[in-house]
Amino acid sequence: MFLDLSYTGSSFCDLLTERFPFLLTKWEGLQFSPNEITPLPTGTTVLALKYQGGVIVVGDRQATEGTMISARRIEKVFKADERSAIAIAGVAGPCLELARLFQTELQHYEKLEGVELSTEGKANKLGQMVKMNFPMALQGLVVIPIFVGYDFKRAEGKIYKYDVTGGRYEEAEYYATGSGGGHARATMKKRYRPEIDEEAAIHTALEALYDAAEEDIGTAGPDFVRGIFPTIKTVTVRGIVDVEETQVRAVSENMVENRRRNH
Amino acid sequence: MALPFYVSPEQMMQDKAEYARKGITKGKSIIAVAGKQGILLVAENPSSSLNKISEIYDRIAFAGAGKYSEFENLRKAGIRYADLKGYAYGREDVTAKSLANVYSQTIGNIFSQEMKPLEVEILVVEVGESTTQDELYRISFDGAIGDERGHAAIGGQADELKEYLKDKYDEEVTLEASLTLAVGALEASANQKVRAQNLEVAILDRHHPGRKFRRFTAAELVDLAEGLES
Repeated sequence: MFLDLSYTGSSFCDLLTERFPFLLTKWEGLQFSPNEITPLPTGTTVLALKYQGGVIVVGDRQATEGTMISARRIEKVFKADERSAIAIAGVAGPCLELARLFQTELQHYEKLEGVELSTEGKANKLGQMVKMNFPMALQGLVVIPIFVGYDFKRAEGKIYKYDVTGGRYEEAEYYATGSGGGHARATMKKRYRPEIDEEAAIHTALEALYDAAEEDIGTAGPDFVRGIFPTIKTVTVRGIVDVEETQVRAVSENMVENRRRNH
Repeated sequence: MALPFYVSPEQMMQDKAEYARKGITKGKSIIAVAGKQGILLVAENPSSSLNKISEIYDRIAFAGAGKYSEFENLRKAGIRYADLKGYAYGREDVTAKSLANVYSQTIGNIFSQEMKPLEVEILVVEVGESTTQDELYRISFDGAIGDERGHAAIGGQADELKEYLKDKYDEEVTLEASLTLAVGALEASANQKVRAQNLEVAILDRHHPGRKFRRFTAAELVDLAEGLES
């Protein structure tokens, strides 16, 4: 095997498209109809909100196939690089592929160019990748990410949301998407304050996710029996940190106890 | 009388080798030292942006001596190869051994088929759990590949550097000691002091989780050099 010395681009995604298209999913020619194919794993609530000094990004852990639960421990929040993360809602297969491709893309660029992409550059690149998926989205294979990053130049956390066409929109405070996204947004709308600290942000996020799980069958709340809790990552000046499961459990227990008392 | 068009293959290879060697000798050398903390890569490089040492993958680094444009092209192709392999299979499946072999094939092919050989010598290193598991491969302008133990050097003064390191190296060397060793070797071969600002240093840190490659900043290097002197 010889190395290809003729290629000159810095994007891993473009490299695959141009030279190794068989590594990318291309289902454009196929016709899907929801009645004919077996249900694909979908359903989710993922959300992000800003607080003093950073952003948190949260996702539930359940995947559903139609009315069946297909996985209880699936991950929907991914570290993209040292200072950004993505959370993805949609059909599980293409979602996981997008996450892995995006991680490789950022690292590939950084190694080739010797510098990281800017936060805005990363957000735009992700938009192009979502756009690539548009023909599949038309056939029901939807993939919608939320991108969060810490912008060192401006010393603040950033949240970007996307639509199926790859449209990219910056959010100033919070956002949630997925089948339970609307319910989570309603909760955050009532509870959100820009001056909250990390602890309060985690609390608000878990409250929002719990409300979404109550209203949406595609979203799961904390599972105290199996010990499965939402994934939470914080993005700050120190980089990406996973919030410990013990802390998520403690806050969840506290929240449920309060709800029981007030019921 | 017509000029003879025939040149013996032997003569042709010799000419090409001489040409390539001449080009490489013009450039500065690079040293890799495997120690307790990881594999340290040290180069004399007055430019702070045109690097000779680079990250290829989680545990793998690259260093190139000779013509910048040529080893830079090889470096980028290596990153593409590694990222593709890691994406198609898994991160653990990207190894220095397979990358070094592909480099050897590619460079060897250019040496025998193209008019002009590459004026480069490259180093591909992979850090393991301990020094015994570290891998250091040296690939020269004709595609010849060598497997080194503990330490390696490439570039014009590679032989002198190897000679210097041979007696002074031991496997348990600390980070500071390996830097002293590498800088000592560079100074001995060049017969003059090397300023901290002209050093390019990076490490594959065996204890670091995930991506092991880390480049030392200019400020860190000046601090380290001051620490070594006092």
